[in-house]
Formats: sequence, C-alpha cells, structure tokens
Amino acid sequence: MKTYTAVFLLFLAFCFSANASEKALLQTANIDPSNRVSLLRGAKHFVTYCLGCHSVKYMRYLRIALDTGTDEKTVLTEIAPEGAGIYDPLHTAMNKRDAEKWFGVQPPDLSLIARSRGADWLYSYLTSYYTDAQRPFGVNNLIYPQTAMPNPFWQLQGEQVAKTRKTIWGKHLELELTTPGKLSEQEFSRLTNDLVNFLVYVGEPEQQERKALGRYVLFFLLIFAVIAYLLKREYWKDIH
Amino acid sequence: MKMKRLADAGQWILERFPLAKVWEEHMTNYYAPKNFNFWYFFGSLALLMLLNQIVTGILLTMNYKPDAHLAFDSVEYIMRDVHWGWLVRYMHSTGASAFFIVIYLHMFRGLMYGSFKQPRELVWIFGMLLFVCLMAEAFMGYLLPWGQMSYWGAQVIISLFSAIPVIGDDLSLWIRGDYVVSDATLNRFFAFHVIAVPLVLILLVFMHLVALHEVGSNNPDGVEIKKYKNEKGVPLDGIPFHPYYTVKDIFGVAVFLLFFATVIFYMPEMNGYFLEHANFIPADPMKTPEHIAPVWYFTPFYAILRAIPDKFAGVVGMGGAIVVLFLLPWLDRNPVRSIRYRSGFYKKALLLFVISFIALGYLGTQPATPTLTVFARIFTAIYFAFFLLMPLYTRWEKTKPVPTRVSPHHEIEDDLPALLEEITIIKPSQSEIGDPAFRGAFYNRRPNPEGIIKVLSRFGKKIVESLD
Amino acid sequence: MTNEGVDTSKRQFLTSALTVVGAVGTGYLAVPFLAQMQPSVKAMAAGAPVEVDISKMEPGQLLRVEWRGKPVWILNRTPAMLATLSVIENQLRDPKSTASDQPASCKNPTRSIKPEIFLAVGLCTHLGCSPTFRPEVAPHDLGARWQGGFFCPCHGSWFDFAGRVFQGVPAPTNLEIPPYRYVSDTQIIVGETNGEKTA
Repeated sequence: MKTYTAVFLLFLAFCFSANASEKALLQTANIDPSNRVSLLRGAKHFVTYCLGCHSVKYMRYLRIALDTGTDEKTVLTEIAPEGAGIYDPLHTAMNKRDAEKWFGVQPPDLSLIARSRGADWLYSYLTSYYTDAQRPFGVNNLIYPQTAMPNPFWQLQGEQVAKTRKTIWGKHLELELTTPGKLSEQEFSRLTNDLVNFLVYVGEPEQQERKALGRYVLFFLLIFAVIAYLLKREYWKDIH
Repeated sequence: MKMKRLADAGQWILERFPLAKVWEEHMTNYYAPKNFNFWYFFGSLALLMLLNQIVTGILLTMNYKPDAHLAFDSVEYIMRDVHWGWLVRYMHSTGASAFFIVIYLHMFRGLMYGSFKQPRELVWIFGMLLFVCLMAEAFMGYLLPWGQMSYWGAQVIISLFSAIPVIGDDLSLWIRGDYVVSDATLNRFFAFHVIAVPLVLILLVFMHLVALHEVGSNNPDGVEIKKYKNEKGVPLDGIPFHPYYTVKDIFGVAVFLLFFATVIFYMPEMNGYFLEHANFIPADPMKTPEHIAPVWYFTPFYAILRAIPDKFAGVVGMGGAIVVLFLLPWLDRNPVRSIRYRSGFYKKALLLFVISFIALGYLGTQPATPTLTVFARIFTAIYFAFFLLMPLYTRWEKTKPVPTRVSPHHEIEDDLPALLEEITIIKPSQSEIGDPAFRGAFYNRRPNPEGIIKVLSRFGKKIVESLD
Repeated sequence: MTNEGVDTSKRQFLTSALTVVGAVGTGYLAVPFLAQMQPSVKAMAAGAPVEVDISKMEPGQLLRVEWRGKPVWILNRTPAMLATLSVIENQLRDPKSTASDQPASCKNPTRSIKPEIFLAVGLCTHLGCSPTFRPEVAPHDLGARWQGGFFCPCHGSWFDFAGRVFQGVPAPTNLEIPPYRYVSDTQIIVGETNGEKTA
C-alpha cells in the first residue's frame, strides 16, 4: 500500500510541475465584463486601433448597443466607423489580398479570440512587445515570438527592450520601458484592460445574461429538490 | 357526464392498446430490491440525458448547417443570433459530457455490485453496445462545430482505422469519403449523428430495459430477491418501482439538475474540458494545433493508444480496452456478486483499476512527455491486468458469507442529525434568549474542531477497513 | 411494507405541489425551446429598413425592392391609373380599407402618402403568391371589366392600382401597405414610419 501511495504522489508531483512551467509568464488581466463603461471604452479602442485590420464578424453594432444599454444612434456616431449600419457586423475595411501582401498572413477574426486564448494571454500579449531590429516591423513579442502583428500601441506605450536575466530558475527575458509613450503606465494598463474586456465580452455576448438567469434557475431547482425530497421521505415511510 | 365520457374514451383506447398493461408490468408491478443506494440513480439519469440530447439536438439541427464553409459560422449564429440558441447549445454540449459522467458511474456501479453476472450477462452486453454507440455518437457530434479540435480529432481517430492490416487505408478513405477530412466527411457524420446512431441508441436502450426487467434488478448486496416470495408471489425484499423508486429518482433528477444547471450557467466550458479552447478557432486543414487531445471522455482510451509504441498494437490496445469490458461476465469467475462480500484483494484491485482509469484519463489530456508516457504505460498495464488476470485471482478469492436477504433499509440522511450533533457545539449563549428551544437550533451552533477530527478519523478508518 | 398510518392527504398535497412546480419548470423550459424557432437577429437584420431612390422612376413604372425578404412594389401611378380608382369602387370588397393592413398615413382613397407613389407588399392576402402587374385595360384573358391593376395568377384574385381587392375573388382583404416615409422628395425608407422603427 505504501509503495502505491508513493508512486501516486510522485505522479501527482509530475502533473503539477508540468502545468506550472507553462503559465508562469502570463500577467493577469483585470477585467469585468459586467462593467458597461469599460466595455464601451474597449469598443471604442477596438474600432480605433484594431478594426483597421481585424474584424469581429459575429458581432453586430446593435448587440453592443443593447448589451451596454446605449442608444443606437450613440453607438453609430461615437463608436462605429462612418457609414456603418446598426445591424452591420464589425467588418474590417482591409482587403484580404492586401493583408497577405503586407503581413504575410490574414489578420484573424477576433470574435472568439478570448475564448481560444484567454483574457490573461491577450493582456500579456498586447503589453509584451519589445524592440527587435531583426523583425520586419522592428518589434517582437515575448508571449508570441515572431508575431506577424506590429505593435499597435507603440506610440501610447512607448518602447520596451528585452533584457536577459539570470535567476535560479534559469535565464529568461524581461522587458524594460526605455522610451516612455504618450500614456502613463497606469493609463496604458487601463486601455489594454478595457480592450481585453471588450474582446472577452465579444467572445460570448450573452455571458452576463446567462449568469443572471442562472441564479433563478438554481433557486427554482432547489425548491423542486426540496419538495421532491419531502415526497420521497413521505412514501419511503412505508419501507422498513 | 363529462367525466364519464372521458372514462369511456380511455376505455376505448385501453381495449385496443395495452397502455395500462405495460405501465403495470414495468412500473407498479415491477418489484425492485428495496436497498438501492446512491449508485442506482444513474440509470434513470442516463435516460434523462438521452432525452435532453435528443430534444436539444433537434433544436440545434434547425439552425446548424453541415457544410464545411458554413458549419462554424452557423454554430456562432446559434450562439448569438438565434433566440436562446446559447442555452440550447450549452445544454447539448454540457449534456454530452454529463451523459458520459453518468454512464461511467453507471458502469462502475455494475462493476462494484457484480450486476453483469449470471443471469444479467445480456443486460451488460446491451449496455456495453450502448456505450460503444454512445462513443461513436459523441465522436461524430464533435466534428460538427468544425473547429480546430473537431477537425484534427476526427483526422486522428479516422486514421486509426488505417492501422488495420490490408484493408486499413481503403477503410479510412471510405469513412472519410475524401483523401482528408472534408466537407463530405462532415456531411455524412451529420447524417450519422442526428439520425442513424440515435435510432440504434434508442433501440438498444429498449433492449437493455427489456432484458433488465426480464431478470430483475441486482442490488448492493448482490442477493437474488426472487428467491424469497410471499404467498402472492411478491418478492419479500422487493418494492413496486412506482411509486417508491419514481419519487426517489425524481429527487435524484432534481439534485443532478442542480449540478447540470450550475455548469450550463456558470462554467459551460468547464476549463476547456467540455468545450475545448482550440475549438473556438475554425478548422484549418493547413495547421494542426500545438497540442491536440480528444474530449475528456475519450482520454483514458486515447492514453492507452499513445502508451503503446506501435501503430497497429496501439489501435489493438485501445480497442482491446473496450473489448475486455464485453468479456467481463466470463472473466470474473467468482459467484459472489457484491463487493460487500468479496475479498480484500478484489477490493484493492478494483480501487487500483479506478485510479489507473482516472490517471489515464488525465494523461490523455496532457502532452506525451517521456515521463508521462512511462506513467501511461504503468497504468495501461494495470488496466489490462485487472481484467486479464481476473480468471486467476477471482477463482481463489476468499469471500465473506453472503446473506440470504438484503441488508436492512438505511438512509444516509437518517444519520445527519447525529452527525450534526457531533461536529458542532452549542454556542455559549450571549444574549437574553437562553430558551432551550432556541439553543438546540442549527443557527445557534458552531463547528466543533474536535468533533470534526473525530468524525473524519472514524470515516478514514471505515474506508481502510472496508478494503479488507 | 406497511400501509397503516399513512398520511394520505400529506402525500396528495406533496404530489400536487411537485406536479405544479414541475409543470411550471417544464413550462419555463419550453419558452426558450419555442422561442428559438422565432425569427433570429439575422432575420431581423434582413428586415432592416430599406432606402429607395425614386428619382428615376417614370410614370407608370413599377419598382420591386426586397424588404424582410418580401417583395415591396413601388408604383409611380399615372393620372389615368389614379382615375380608375374611383370608377371601380363599387366592385370592391373593402373600398375604404377598413379591414386591411396599412399605416394610418395611408388610410385614404389612394392608399398612399403622395397620390402618385403607391407602395404595397407584393403578396396576395389569400395564400401569399405574388400578383402580376397588369396595367393594360381589358386584355383578352381578363375580360372587358379589367381596368388595370394587379392579378394573382395562383387563384385568380383581382386588385386595383391601390391594391384593393375586388368582390368575388378568393383574397379576403386589400394588399398590405408597409410602413414607409419620405426622407426627401426622391428618397423613401421602407420599414420606418416617422421616426418609429418597426423592426
């Protein structure tokens, strides 16, 4: 029995160590998809900085208006690019062929990026660009090395350089801000968080509705379970 | 007057259609052992899940498009544009995983209490056929969202067939209907998933139940209740399925639905186990995801496949892991059914088997690193040893005497008041209300660490003892 | 198993309570299941208001536009066409359009905002075929009584240039007039009345 236990514990230890090394690099995104103001800011940032290349083809402007409780006209004038209709999805203006010529790949649709990558990954990715002269756009990314996307925020965030640091865990890269950007670190962090928040929302627009409804469903089922239990107990009094 | 007309209409039908007869035979006059415990909820829950999958599945087909160009979009269309589409889809996707959880627990129950033994071999065989059909159903359903995991999972599993000597390559080509997984594959999988396999499943469920009701249910004591009957021919230890087990199962359903709804409303992805992260990327035949793993319910078998370092042997191993389950009624040579009266050796063997099954399931979700492969091989060996050595170790097992009648009726909830008494102590009264009527109440108590430790150690001792 | 001392009324009560709660639950579950068969947001998007430019329409010309997947006719009526409307009034089933669907602004003898420009949903109120436009007077297949209008080929219903149904044909009511408004003299938005959206 003791040997079994030892082998089993060893197995568990391996499992955990295998997991730990993967996620150590990611920063935590500070998001709240129920925060409508943040979502609207994120939507605005998305249209300003991302929609040039990336679409969110499964999302309509109407849905943003409905879910954030914003007037349709306000969404069209304040957030959507000129000429967009309320029923239109968030299509990019970029031509597919141009995209391949400029970046080598087509910029992916971002409707579900938060569901496939996760909020923390997105936040870390957006904040982890650093100067690298060997790359076509002069920047590389710590989270997604050799990324084809240039840094959309280089003016806002400033320039970062990567420095190798030795620790007991081995060598690893660390980023350091060398040229400050237009935004302070705090402002930039808020911008990226809002953007990631918007992407998380866009991945599953009904998530707030789902969670709100869940409470009622569970409460109802609890009542049902209690009555069912009382009925069961009543009948089972017969059984000795 | 109206009531009489209604009764006449009822009579008219009953004279022509044996509704009442079937109800009596299988509900009110079907005598089930009175000592069913927690493990006996999962049969009816599996039925509930089948119903859930059929109803939500039909609703999904109304908006889903089995076309390689449209499938992924149509799923997102269901999630966003169709009213309540998200709920229907999450009920279906969570239902698939819940179905397997329920089925695995149901099968484990059979393993524990020897429900597969004479005279219930056919019940077990039909059940195993159901399990295989369910795996086929789930596998083909998983291709339909046409995400990266759907695509590459199907690619890998269909390629397994190519390991069969001589006909393998032609067979896998025939299954795909193309040289790679493509639109043709998606379209035929849709046909199988929505109609062909469900029809077989329903037929098998029917046969499973008919076979069960012919021989009667087993029970946690593994005692044949039909041996002792009263003067009317009613088993002394049996109770009518309706109303006793219908009310009990309704309660079981309610508790199950609480868990089911929690997953649907609060964690539909279940951390990437029920809905995998990579499946939110549309299928791309040019690019395999970095790490592909099947959905969790296939991973134990997938881990066995990977553990064996040879393509053909791996496929045989994986298939064999399922085939041995079919042979179970003839591998276990011990006439004692219930684990309660079996030897400590068998109990430990079963425990070890469960641990390796879960461990294989976990390993199947992880990348195959050399260390993990070594573990996968150890657990694969245990998995097969449990079954293949069974004819040897069960024959010379030292079993305990089996009682002639079932154990006295006992419910867990009867122990609850005493347990509560033991793990809490009454708060020293601080207010004026020192009335004894209030002092015994639940809200006047606080946890008692000593009591909890005592209960836990007693529980631990009981578990260790129960392994002997 | 013993049946003495069974509290039947309690059992009855609990059974009823469970049945009621269960029925309510099933009812609530049925709502999303039935609602998911309602037109989706995509269908509603296809039903978004349509803008039509009528500046290039010649007198007597019929324009077909799609609104909510249905054909909407825009007819620029000539004075001759308008003149027929009062002539045949006694042959109509509902000349005052009391039983038919139209925005309040179109409940008048010409069934339109501006007399010349006529808009209608081009689907017969009988079983939903799209009637054909027959502006000619007394063609040999329709007979001498025909003063021009819309003829439904499926079951032979007659409508005049204002979409009003004749007596003695299968169609029960006049053709439906969609909500519309003028943005300018030459621009119409179908699917919107003044400021109000109906989608």
